[in-house]
Amino acid sequence: MGNFLVYALDYQGAFNKNSLGAVSEGARLAAETGGECHAIVVGEGITDELAGSLGAYGATKVLRVDGPSGLAQPVVDAMAAAVAGGSYGTALFGGGLLGFEVGAGLAARLGAGVAMEVTAVRAEGGKIVAERPILGDSAISQIEFRSPVGIIIARLNAFEIRESGAGPATVEDLEVGFSDFSRRAQMVTRGEQRGADVDIEGADVLVAGGRGLGSAEGFALCEDLASAFGGSSAVAATRAVVDAGWFPYAGQIGQTGKTVAPKLYIAAGISGAIQHKVGMQASENIVAINKDSNAPIFEFSDLGVVGDLHKILPKLTEAVKAKKGG
Amino acid sequence: MKICVLVKEVPDAAVQKRIDPTTGRMDRSGEKNLNPYDTHAIEAAMQLKESGALPVEEIVAVTMGPESAVRALHKAVSLGADRSIHLSDAALAGSDVAATGYALAQTLKRESPDLVLLGQQSDDGECYTVGAVVADHLGMPSLTQVIKLEVEGAATLTAERQAEYGYDTVRIELPAVISVGDAINEPRYPSLKAIMGAKKKPLESLTTADAGIDPDKVGGDHSAAHWVSAKEPPQKAAGQIIEDEDTAQTVERIVAWLDERKLI
Ligand SMILES: Cc1cc2nc3c(=O)[nH]c(=O)nc-3n(C[C@H](O)[C@H](O)[C@H](O)COP(=O)(O)OP(=O)(O)OC[C@H]3O[C@@H](n4cnc5c(N)ncnc54)[C@H](O)[C@@H]3O)c2cc1C
Ligand SMILES: Nc1ncnc2c1ncn2[C@@H]1O[C@H](COP(=O)(O)O)[C@@H](O)[C@H]1O
Repeated sequence: MGNFLVYALDYQGAFNKNSLGAVSEGARLAAETGGECHAIVVGEGITDELAGSLGAYGATKVLRVDGPSGLAQPVVDAMAAAVAGGSYGTALFGGGLLGFEVGAGLAARLGAGVAMEVTAVRAEGGKIVAERPILGDSAISQIEFRSPVGIIIARLNAFEIRESGAGPATVEDLEVGFSDFSRRAQMVTRGEQRGADVDIEGADVLVAGGRGLGSAEGFALCEDLASAFGGSSAVAATRAVVDAGWFPYAGQIGQTGKTVAPKLYIAAGISGAIQHKVGMQASENIVAINKDSNAPIFEFSDLGVVGDLHKILPKLTEAVKAKKGG
Repeated sequence: MKICVLVKEVPDAAVQKRIDPTTGRMDRSGEKNLNPYDTHAIEAAMQLKESGALPVEEIVAVTMGPESAVRALHKAVSLGADRSIHLSDAALAGSDVAATGYALAQTLKRESPDLVLLGQQSDDGECYTVGAVVADHLGMPSLTQVIKLEVEGAATLTAERQAEYGYDTVRIELPAVISVGDAINEPRYPSLKAIMGAKKKPLESLTTADAGIDPDKVGGDHSAAHWVSAKEPPQKAAGQIIEDEDTAQTVERIVAWLDERKLI
């Protein structure tokens, strides 16, 4: 069934949690199928120590490539070179954004099959089978690969991080001749934090706002409700409103934001797109207020309120305050 | 300069999407429309042209899809494309993302575009990846989920997008492939005149042979990602629903619900 090659994304001296999950999953599958799990890292000045640390998650070898970081196409070149020089049956990516771009580019380069948004992988009858939820998670399709290498791009937080490895992995430098076009995109600034630094990860109660708030000013309704709860509560947001400049990036939940699991999560004017859901579905209690009774968020909320948030939130804030006071 | 915009026909947002359990393919029998995410790509092309930021001579809408997809092209033209190309062939049915991207790239090669624009996702397939596949086949630099696009020089763009750690700004040399996020612009509504005139704009229909597509690399049987079966997701207990009719009462019920769970 071949070995597993996992792309590990690093930034500021640490690996992305989703990459660690993917390495752990690759190691689990390798152990089950009698193969090995190797990781590949691409960047400038990645230390032996950092690269080798992937051994703790079960990678036996780490291929280190000196090249630009944060862009997908150089990684496609690197992984294509690794595949040419190894005996890999599966290329695996954790959830995020870059993995989608690298995995798709690699599929084109290798003429390989690719499955994205994968939530589970298993080895069965000498084959790798990937599960991908589709149509708003109402069905799960099962996908096999006919190409020598199958490419699997996971959904955010799909794989558990497991420290199953014995010790540091062997680090091997891989020389890669980058494609001409991979060099024609250059990072100007990376990881810019827009807006204030808000902390949403420690909160017990999160009031999250989406495009349904109507404007940046609409967030006052969320702030008021959060402060009525008092204690450890905070306001969070969707990408749509962060991209619109209504709320700081640090308060964004989802695929390219934070993953949270508060005791209570209240969604106001949020549709419940998959990329948002993946960052908050582990919340203990989910309450959603949305005027559209068909909004996907109602599929995974514990209490759904169909109505106009502009009418409901102010009254709810008053009622919570009254309850607290009384 | 020439901008090609990739557009797709998808089931209308109001249609309950479903998979045909025998084929594993999307049931495409209901009402259809232009993928809403692609209207942002057309608008981005129009803004580049109208602002004069790039000397854009032509905007070409390109789709791969069944006969009915012509309507998505008409819509794209009514939103500003000058002409359109329809790649349609029974051999293409059931193509996976990699095969679709290959077929679209072959079609685009005939046009030698300076810029290829796409939407962030198709509303039905939701693969987020066609752009990256097309780019590798064309040998062009590429970026997805772009929410700000500025012209920096004669053949250089600066693109912004949100990635894993915050906002990235990337300089990208043309020719390039860019998928735009829905926050990039507010697409315009087509004028009545543009809607009426759309059918008169040139529309070229291509078969796989016309586009130089290797028939052994496309279609369900040649797709390397092979759908084997579908299963039901684990059932989750349905949540409680309150329809807000009397807000005072609604709020009372929410508070009671929270109180029962000791959340206040
Ligand atoms: C690669 C990628 C990464 C992404 N990463 C993220 C991420 O990290 N986080 C994230 O959140 N999204 C992410 N997204 C975007 C995601 O797909 C959705 O577009 C986004 O979550 C939608 O935000 P929203 O719910 O605020 O807006 P919308 O989808 O526009 O929903 C607004 C909702 O408000 C409701 N509404 C409107 N008015 C009212 C009213 N008066 N009262 C009550 N309800 C009202 C509407 O019915 C609607 O359901 C990503 C997308 C991609 C492709
Ligand atoms: N069959 C198709 N024909 C033309 N463009 C397509 C097709 N499928 C996808 N696209 C383009 O690729 C984008 C991303 O689609 P996807 O990768 O399927 O989510 C869409 O917004 C379209 O711009």
